Amino acid sequence: MPIRTEPVTVNIGPQHPSTHGVFRLRVTFDGEVVQDLEPVFGYLHRGSEKLAEERTYSQVVTLTDRLDYVASMSNNLAYVRSVEKLAGVRPPDRAMYLRVISAELQRIASHLVATGFLLQDLGAFGTPLMYCFRERERILDLFEMLCGARVTFSYMRVGGVFQDAPGEFWIALDKFLGDMPHYIDEYEQLLSGNEILLTRTKDVGVLTSETAMDCSITGPVLRASGVDWDLRKVDPYEIYDRIDFDVPLGTVGDNYDRYLMRIEEMRQSLRIVSECVKQISSGPVKADVPWLVRPPVGDAYDHVEGPKGELGFYLVSDGGIAPYRCKIRSPSLINLTAVKDMLVGGKLSDMIVTMGSIDINMGEVDR
Amino acid sequence: MGPITSANSFYSNLYTAFVDFHIVGVSPIPEWLAYFLAGFIVIFTVINAVVIITTLGTWVERRVLGRFHARLGPNRWGPWGLFTPIADAIKLLTKEDTRPDGIDPWVFNMAPIIFIVPAIMVFAVIPFGENTYVANLNIGLLFIIAVTTVGTIAIFMAGWASGNRFSLFGAMRAVAMLISYEVPMVLSVVGVVLMTGSLSLVDIVEAQDVPFIVVQPLGFLIFFAAASAEMSRSPFDIVEAESEIVAGYHTEYSGMKWGTFQLAEFIAPFGVSAILATLFLKGWDGPLLPSHLWFFLKVCFFWFLMLWIRATIPRLRIDQIMAFAWKVLFPLSIVNVFLTAIEVLVWPNPTTTEWWTMAAINWAVAILSIVIFSRIGKDKMSTRRPIFSSRGSNSSALKGAN
Repeated sequence: MPIRTEPVTVNIGPQHPSTHGVFRLRVTFDGEVVQDLEPVFGYLHRGSEKLAEERTYSQVVTLTDRLDYVASMSNNLAYVRSVEKLAGVRPPDRAMYLRVISAELQRIASHLVATGFLLQDLGAFGTPLMYCFRERERILDLFEMLCGARVTFSYMRVGGVFQDAPGEFWIALDKFLGDMPHYIDEYEQLLSGNEILLTRTKDVGVLTSETAMDCSITGPVLRASGVDWDLRKVDPYEIYDRIDFDVPLGTVGDNYDRYLMRIEEMRQSLRIVSECVKQISSGPVKADVPWLVRPPVGDAYDHVEGPKGELGFYLVSDGGIAPYRCKIRSPSLINLTAVKDMLVGGKLSDMIVTMGSIDINMGEVDR
Repeated sequence: MGPITSANSFYSNLYTAFVDFHIVGVSPIPEWLAYFLAGFIVIFTVINAVVIITTLGTWVERRVLGRFHARLGPNRWGPWGLFTPIADAIKLLTKEDTRPDGIDPWVFNMAPIIFIVPAIMVFAVIPFGENTYVANLNIGLLFIIAVTTVGTIAIFMAGWASGNRFSLFGAMRAVAMLISYEVPMVLSVVGVVLMTGSLSLVDIVEAQDVPFIVVQPLGFLIFFAAASAEMSRSPFDIVEAESEIVAGYHTEYSGMKWGTFQLAEFIAPFGVSAILATLFLKGWDGPLLPSHLWFFLKVCFFWFLMLWIRATIPRLRIDQIMAFAWKVLFPLSIVNVFLTAIEVLVWPNPTTTEWWTMAAINWAVAILSIVIFSRIGKDKMSTRRPIFSSRGSNSSALKGAN
């Protein structure tokens, strides 16, 4: 006699240890196998886009801090670049170097968090996570020297940065650049060849390059699928065209490739930062921009390669002191598009790991 | 009173002391009362010692894990945070016991008790030192295996009665995994039993001219892996995988019921370490130091090994865990049983040289079979490296296209 079974529907989230925020997946399971799923979000909606319409262009910088709160610098950069494009401002060279240094350090910090939590989702009891956070602390210390804050920086301003880096920053940065490659080697020793990690991540959650492009997925997730698309290369902004670095690409597009992308991008970011430290020259760090920026009537969109993908701000100006409309193109939200294709047919455990490897941030998904 | 009093153990000495206890003018203690008192005192001592050592063990575990994590661990209450477990216990005991609607109250409330009893009962047959044991059962090992299996039922009761789907997932995983791992676990100790010719743990300790970890490497490794799975410790901790199913079967428990589950889960590694030390590391036997200390040190060694593994490696998936039990551990344990049986046939009463010959053969077979099994899945284990984009540093596709 065949056993009568029926699928169960389980809500993974909004309160769940590994949803990386208040995210909910309504999943239909057949035993352990995922049959169907539907991402539900909006639990962290704060109306950032609407709030931006009520604030001056300079004040909106603080709102961008709270989008992807583990990568505030990148959000700052994307926003101020959009305003600069709208107002026709060009920041001085030193400011651009400082911005690139902080954005790349932020990329390392964000990838550290992503890698640490991926391993936490894989069930490694804290050790990789705490190691990653140990190094992230040092980056946060560096940021504290730059702007006094550790999470919500608001370091960048329209036309430059808030202040020049103090002398101690360069000493600490030099030491960090010397230490970090060994730390990355340490993670690779512990993780990259780990058989359990390999069996759990290889050929799991595969995202083909066609699906990735169809869903307009960006960032490490796209590059892990083998698509050669990095805005720092294809549309160099700031001073990226003066800097030599490589873009790592995956071959399969599975969870292991996404993990490898982040490890390798950390190395490349270190290369970029040390190149910047070599090239940076003294000078002003802020263009002559008034506090109340009044861009001419018009609209502008500018994007940067954030740690999670293409982060863009579309701003419409009516000539006033506040944006008439501010639309955020957040990579975390759009990277969720292909989730169903990646997860259906996998197991419950694979689902959690794949969600970890996509590296979403709910502050950015819900805005 | 039968075989219990015949042996020269702590328990029988206590019983004799009670029987011989005379105060002038008072009639001697009746035999049944002496039997009861001696038993009560011994059982009370052992249970409390186990619970107290485990409670302190949680502190050690958290401190050691803290070091593994490059952080400090609990250090607020008392010297080096030593009172943290006491604070934890007070918190758990005074915490409100929340109970969700739609549970099966009888099953729900019984589960923690049924879970903790077998964890403690294991210690009944373990010799803690020379002549120190509660009972020298002639089927001691069988008793341990039989008793620990009851825990599976408790987990399923908890998961089923909670009326929570995460709990149900945990319960189903537990039943599938724990029953699968019973098989290699039992088969791996058959080697030890064949060599000793006895199921009594006291006899097994005394039979080890050479520690059985040397003579039975394969048996040791299989037992260690299978016992880790039986306790659902890392990397087999899918039963209560936090990142996947919240807390598994005890998701809905709170207060001291949850505390009871946790206590049982912390006792289990001590129990398994004690069994490992007894079966494979000569139990309490050792030079110079007192036997009880030797036993404790050996237990701590295995316990630390488990902590180390827990802090290092990620978790396996359910199908991989089942495959590991049936495709790797089960055949390996069969190999071990046959090999040991042949050796016992050839050398029924081994001398020291013959022990070492056996050890050499067993190590060779162990290494060979592990190499063969690891080769089977070799292609899945290969690492990959990222390739690099061929774009030069100054190319600009977007600007070129415009």
